[in-house]
This record gives sequence, C-alpha cells and structure tokens, in this order.
Amino acid sequence: MSDLVRMQGIDKRFPGVHALRAVDFDLRAGEVHALMGENGAGKSTLMKCLSGVYQPDGGRILIDGAAVALPNPRAAQDLGIGIIHQELALMRDLNVAQNIWIGREPRLSLGRIDEARLNADAAAIFRGMNVAMDPRAPVAALTIARQQMVEIAKALSFRSRVLIMDEPTAALNDSEIAELFTIIRRLRAEGVGIIYISHKMDEIRRIADRVTVMRDGATVGTVQAAETPIAQIIAMMVGRELVDEPVAIPDLSAAECALELRGITRGREVRDVSFSLKRGEILGFAGLMGAGRTELARAIFGAEPPESGEIIVHGRPVTIRSPADAVRAGIGYLSEDRKHYGLALGMDVRANIALASLARYTDRLGRIDEQELAAVSNRYIDMLSIRTPHDRQEVRLLSGGNQQKVVIAKWLLRDCDILIFDEPTRGIDVGAKAEIHRLLADLAGQGKAIIVISSELPELLRLSHRIAVMCEGRLTGILPGGASQERIMALATRREGMAAE
Amino acid sequence: MTGTQATIPAQQRRSGAARQMLLAFASLIALVIGFSLASPNFFQVSNIMAILQATSVNGVLAVGVTLIIITGGIDLSIGTLMTFCAVMTGVVLTWAGMPLILGVLTAIGTGAACGLVSGMFVARMKIPPFIATLGMMLMLKGLSLIVTGTKPIYFNDTPGFTQIAQGSVVGALIPGLPLPNGVLILFLVAAVTAWILGRTVLGRYTFALGSNEEAVRLSGVNTDAWKMAIYALAGGIVGIGGLLISSRLNSAQPALGLGYELEAIAAVVIGGTSLAGGRGTILGTLIGALIMSVLTNGLRVLSVAPEWQTVVTGAIIIVAVYADQLRRRKASQG
Repeated sequence: MSDLVRMQGIDKRFPGVHALRAVDFDLRAGEVHALMGENGAGKSTLMKCLSGVYQPDGGRILIDGAAVALPNPRAAQDLGIGIIHQELALMRDLNVAQNIWIGREPRLSLGRIDEARLNADAAAIFRGMNVAMDPRAPVAALTIARQQMVEIAKALSFRSRVLIMDEPTAALNDSEIAELFTIIRRLRAEGVGIIYISHKMDEIRRIADRVTVMRDGATVGTVQAAETPIAQIIAMMVGRELVDEPVAIPDLSAAECALELRGITRGREVRDVSFSLKRGEILGFAGLMGAGRTELARAIFGAEPPESGEIIVHGRPVTIRSPADAVRAGIGYLSEDRKHYGLALGMDVRANIALASLARYTDRLGRIDEQELAAVSNRYIDMLSIRTPHDRQEVRLLSGGNQQKVVIAKWLLRDCDILIFDEPTRGIDVGAKAEIHRLLADLAGQGKAIIVISSELPELLRLSHRIAVMCEGRLTGILPGGASQERIMALATRREGMAAE
Repeated sequence: MTGTQATIPAQQRRSGAARQMLLAFASLIALVIGFSLASPNFFQVSNIMAILQATSVNGVLAVGVTLIIITGGIDLSIGTLMTFCAVMTGVVLTWAGMPLILGVLTAIGTGAACGLVSGMFVARMKIPPFIATLGMMLMLKGLSLIVTGTKPIYFNDTPGFTQIAQGSVVGALIPGLPLPNGVLILFLVAAVTAWILGRTVLGRYTFALGSNEEAVRLSGVNTDAWKMAIYALAGGIVGIGGLLISSRLNSAQPALGLGYELEAIAAVVIGGTSLAGGRGTILGTLIGALIMSVLTNGLRVLSVAPEWQTVVTGAIIIVAVYADQLRRRKASQG
C-alpha cells in the first residue's frame, strides 16, 4: 500500500523551544494512525505543520509521493487535508450550517449566499453521520459535545482524504464516542487516512491500526496497535513504566469536618444538595454531562452564588456571595476551562502563581516584592515540578498539565485548604495525569479537603475516598471509594421521576 | 431527541436578540411620545423632518462603523475621513470644475481608499484597530487642512450639489411628505448594508471575524483580504456621509469632523451592537442614531441648555449598555 502522507525530517523551532526535531511520520490510505505522546511532545505542532497552520523550518511533506508546499490552511484543505482542532475552532455567533461552510459558501449572483442550499448540504452531512442536528441552531447554544459534532461535520464536508483529529473525544460521553467511532470506521473503509491524537488508551485499542509515539519533539517509534501492550505504549510515551495503584482510603473518622453543605439550591441546576467533606478527604463527583456538578462547584465558590442553603466551613457558617468570599473562607476552585477562568495566559508563571495573593507581597506603598515572589514561585515550581524554563515564562507557552499545576500553585499559595478541582486532567496526557493524581493525593495527605469533578470514571475511582453522584441537579447518593462503575452509573441515571420506584 | 435539545436554546437566543431590538425601539417610541406630550411643537411634520435630516449624517457614519464594530474592531477615523472626502469632492468639483457625478464618485472612492488603508494597517500590519484608526484620524484631519489651506471650499459653482442632501425627490412625488434626500440616502445606505450583512459572503465574514477570527483563518478564509474589504466598504459609506454633510453646508469645512466618530459609535452601541464583535444589526444602529437626534431635538424644543443635552446623551449610552448587560446576565443564567 502506498503512503498517502509522508513527512520527512520535519523540524520546527519556536522562541526558546525546539518543538520538532527531524520528525518522520507517514499515513496510509484507509488506516487510523494514532499519534500519542505527552503534552508538549509535539503532536499538535506536527499536525499544524501538516494542515498548513505552521510552516516547518526543515524537512519536507509528500502527498501521494509528491513533495507539496502548505503555506496556509487553505492549501492543505485543497489537497484534501482536514483537521479538527483540539480547541474547537467555531464561530459562536454563527449557526451550525454557516460554520460548516465558512469560506465555501454556495453563492448566488451579487455575492449573495444560497442559505437554502447551505442548510440542505449541512443537513445531508448530519444525515450521513446519523446525527440529529438543526443546521440553523446557533453554535453558542450547543453543548461542547455537539459543537464537536459540528467540527467533525465540517471536516467531512471537505471530502478530506486525510483527516486529523486532535483529541476528538475529550468532551464526549460514551454513546457519543461510539457514534464517532462508527463514523471513523466508515471513513476508513472509504479509504480516508485518519490521524488520531488521543490520550485515552482504551480508545487507541478500539480504533487505531498503528500507533506512533512522540516524546520531546521526536518520534520514539511506530507500532501495531493490536499487538502492542498498553504498558509498552505508555512506557514509550513517558520513557518509564507507570504503575496503576488502587486508591488507599485513609481513616478519617477523627478528622475535622472542613466543609458542609446543607440544602444548597440554585435554579434547576443545583437542587437541595447536602454533604460534608473532611480534612484530608478526596470526594469525587460523578455524573453525566449536565448533572449540575460544575454548577454546584461554581455555587460553592460564589461564581454563581446559591439561592438558598447553608455553607459551613470549619464549623462556622459562612455567607458566600462572590468568589472573593469563597477565597477568604479558604476555598479554591480550579475550573475545567483553565484557559478562560484559571490563568492570565499572557502573564508569566510567577505573576500567575501570585495572582490571588498579591496583597501579601505588597508593601505599604503598593510596591510588589518581586524578589520574595521569585523565591516563592520557584519553591512551588520545584514542589509541583512545573516544567518551565524559568518563572518568567509566559503561561500560554506551557503544556496543559503544567498550566494546571500553575493554577494549583496559585491556590496553595493563597492558603486555600478546600480545593475544588473541575476536570483536573482534561486534555492532559497520561504521564502528567498520573502526576496530577499523585499531587492530589499528596495534598489530601497534608490535610487539604478536596473535591474532584471528573467525567472519567476510572480517574474518580483511582482518586476518590468517597464518590458523590449527581443527576439532574440532585445528589442521588454517596458511595464509598472503589465502588463499582455499575453502582455509580445507576445513581447517575436515577432521575427524579424514578426515585420513588 | 438530541435534535430538539439543540433547537430550544436557539429559539431562546433569537427571542433574546429580538427583545433587545424591541427595547431600543420602545425607548425611541417612548421618547417621541414623551416629547410630543411635553411640547406641541415637537410632533410636527417640519420638526420630524428636521430630526430625520439631523440623523442622516450621523446615521450614515454609524451604519459604516457598525460593520467594523461587528468584526470586533473600531474606527476612530470616520469623522475626519468624512471631512476629507468632502474636501476631495470640493477639489474635484470647485477647483477642477468637473461634473457633479465625478464629485460623488470622488467622495465614495476617497472613503473606500482610506478605509482600505486603515484595513491594511489593521489586517496586514496587525496594528490594533484603535491605534491604527487613531493615527488615520489625525492624518486625515491634517491632510484636510493642508489641502484646503485651512479655508472652506464652497460649492457655489456646482448647481445641484445642495440638492444631494437638501432636495426632496420624495416630496416631488408625494406632496405633503417633504422627506429630504439626505434621509432617503440614509435609508438606502442602511437597507443595502443590512442586505450585505444578512445575505452576502462579505456580511457572513463580518460576523464570523468578530466571532472567532482564528477559526475563520483556520477555515482557509483569507481573513486579511476580507477585513480590508470590510474597512473599505465602511470607508465608502463614510464617503457618502461626507457628501451629505458638505451638501447640507454647501461647503467642505476642513476643521469639521472630530467628534463625529464618537457620536456614530454611540449610536451603534445604543442600538445594541456588541463592541466585543460578532453581533449587531443595522436596524439597531438606525434606531440608536434616531434616539440620539430625537433626544437632542426634543431637549432643544423644551429649551434645555445644549450643555445638558450632551450630558443626557452620555447618560443614555451608559443606560443602554447597562440594560444590555443586565439582559445578557439574565440570559446566561437561563
């Protein structure tokens, strides 16, 4: 079988980073080729070179054996290379069909757009995908999972021969993933070459034919997906073997209660939620998308303050009307969308770590003690092993896992002893994930009270001392750590009407 | 089932935008009724026509800058560009003695060319729109003064020039409705621009750029070229504004222009267009411009000092945007 794509000796440098070092990669027609590696390994950069977003500094790209130039995304699209970006690249103010056909609108005379055909063509793509979607729905009103479907439809609309998917399942639930895989298999059967970037090992086994692993901007090797043990792939990725330990549940019977909620209610998203959390405990929150877990977290944190109910911190009732109140009470919230809510991306590591604690490092004249801040931020960089060249590096240049650690450092410095983690490892690779997990366990060991919201059950099971399950805004039950996935799912789907049964 | 989930919020969203427009429109109606009750002189055909005529220049400028604001940009140069267009028209008509139609084309062409230059600063040279158009604003003001030698150019030698804004084609056809041409031109410009925004590729990219420029670029669209086209179109519209004002004054006044850009932006904002980009309507801008001139006119009819008119206009801007914020906060809470 001939190569559809061959990338040879691709080299790419950014200021201060050698992102790709002579990378070789090839893709055949009719295969799913998984590209794996820790964040910062260079997968996304390599794919941006293939899709014309970045220009490599060295090496060449061959399509059907002929060297091509990809000066811009349009050139790549014209060669049949479609990409679904990790950060959804949609225009929120436009509708679904308008997003799919952006740049290729069917035109009438005078530059008018043929909306009817636009909508009909979009509807046809969704029919082919077996997805129910109104082409006229505004994208801003869709869930992330459904926005992803729009991205996929958009990529399909190019009749791409090469389809790059950068973590397409990061925000999808199981049935949506199954749907996606059906689409991928059909495309593969039609001879499309698919490059599939993911951190989820089980997905790779289900969908990929070959796996190429990258580390530190170079390829480590390419193996057959079916024949290679997962442990070996992980070892290739991190350069060491990882062991998966079951959660050790500490004895917390004597521990002080750090946080107690009584009847917290906000709208229809959070309904009459009560629970307590001890120092040193990790309480996991499970539930389907839209179960109200993030809304609960934001209510506790005062981002959208509760309408009724009581919050008791260390035995004292507190009134939380704003995040400032929550932080004063020692509650820190690590948003699922750290780029939007957790970090000042254009500022450096030091400034981000200090962001919530500046008053402490400011003298009476309002001058900031940069020396002290440098010492403090370097201490946290060491403690959390944040991989950054120095503390003045801009946070946007760090990988996802390291950005997450910067947010953690921020709240630790602020002396928050109740930490709410919302999808702490979303978009973070296996190696960094294990590190974040270890970090959470360590924090609990130091007496912090921790809430973890995660859509990945294995992650919750690995971390949580107890698991709270929500469904449609209500807390449907709290299970001991290590509970079976079946019991969790049963609670996660126990809707109000069914509760009586 | 998933299909219906997607459509319900869509309807909510649409009704939200409609409510916003309704709010602005209701405020306009309330102002008109209020002033009519307060003074018998307000709701007279002659006064209404005066209000409309007073809206025409600001309205046209506001329609132009609406395009740029929807892309997520801003244009501070439209006031002095308007003047520069008027000056160039004066050069062509009065100094060179060319026929009227060439003067009209000069105004629109000058506007479009300057818009293209602004667009190039923003799109190609990546200068933030605020800075790029601030620079343009000053350069154009200076150029107007240089070209004219700081003296106004009169259009006395071009019969018919004043008819562009002050004549009334409608009045000739329908006696009793002396709608000035300037107002007719405003409505035509607004209608065509609304059509471009709603129906054409250029309009689609205007919204798309303001919504997520990077996504548009990644979709293979030549964003720089389209952005320049949008700035050029807006410039052309400003050129029409230059024609209107010089026709009304029967002269190109080189010192005029500064401040017009802020009035126009105010009208856009009152009309509900988001300065964050991605959202906005021409009808809203039109209503915004009308609210401003109704207010000015009404307060004058009530003999309120002009200083206070300015204060009230400022307050209206704050109230309009705050109302929009409140509405949005409610909407986001579902």
